[in-house]
Amino acid sequence: MKIAVVVFPGSNCDIDLFEALHTVCGAAVEYVSHKKDNLDGFDAVMLPGGFSYGDYLRCGAIARFSNIMPAIVEFAKQGKPVFGTCNGFQILTEAGLLPGALKQNDSLKFICKTVPLTVENNQTLFTTQYKEKETIALPIAHADGSYYADEETLAELEENHQVVFRYAGENPNGSLNNIAGITNKAGNVLGMMPHPERAVEAILGNLDGLRLFKSLLENGKVTTEEAVR
Amino acid sequence: MVNVRIFVTYKQSVFNPQGETITDAIHSLGFSAVKKVNVGKFFDLQIEPNGKSVEEIVSQVSEQLLVNFNLETYHYEVMEEA
Repeated sequence: MKIAVVVFPGSNCDIDLFEALHTVCGAAVEYVSHKKDNLDGFDAVMLPGGFSYGDYLRCGAIARFSNIMPAIVEFAKQGKPVFGTCNGFQILTEAGLLPGALKQNDSLKFICKTVPLTVENNQTLFTTQYKEKETIALPIAHADGSYYADEETLAELEENHQVVFRYAGENPNGSLNNIAGITNKAGNVLGMMPHPERAVEAILGNLDGLRLFKSLLENGKVTTEEAVR
Repeated sequence: MVNVRIFVTYKQSVFNPQGETITDAIHSLGFSAVKKVNVGKFFDLQIEPNGKSVEEIVSQVSEQLLVNFNLETYHYEVMEEA
């Protein structure tokens, strides 16, 4: 029983995710190459940040054609937890596992800073350890993080409580409805632009991301290394 | 062989930050006549139809890969037949 961190050519937050889950939370984690074609034996899948396939065409557009992608789609359809941060979120939208799209920031700048977020839904697999409407702070680091969906999709997201994280202060990138992270309708797929894996240890100056992984470990019944031994 | 150029642009309803910035720069040059700029991209395809028509190939490639219909729209021109 373990967690897969998928590694695409150009992923660069895969180690951060691995360490957050393994070293900090004690979970059993394995890197899974984009070349593989199955996720047998895994209980959750993580898509890391970075610049998969050089962001060619559109961010996340080419990763959709990776060998591993059909297995991820199938995994998500089975209701198992799938998480994507930053480029991982972009990949999930391009693959059609989450609605909408991420476009270039309104400022045209790459923004790298810690921003306040409101936890809008603490009833997901990934957020039960947060309080509803709690304000947390997480780092963002992206040039293409402006969430866009048509009005109908936005209304549906709001109605189904699929908006999990919203920018609480100034909207950093032009995202509609201040959206920072959403789930699919079933709630088992979460995509977000902020990086919780960069906020899991006191030495990093921020612990607000830790409870996301702890929520998943608690709710997903993912076996810890201790339990495996 | 048919040469086709596919143009992909943001939908009119989607804010195009590059277009806005370039519009501002054009205004700085004094060209107040320019009211709006929409920035997009184009793809040149050399197509040798093999069963499917050029139109079918272009629409399927656009819909399945080149265009993200959440944000973008496209049109194409047949450049020349070589």
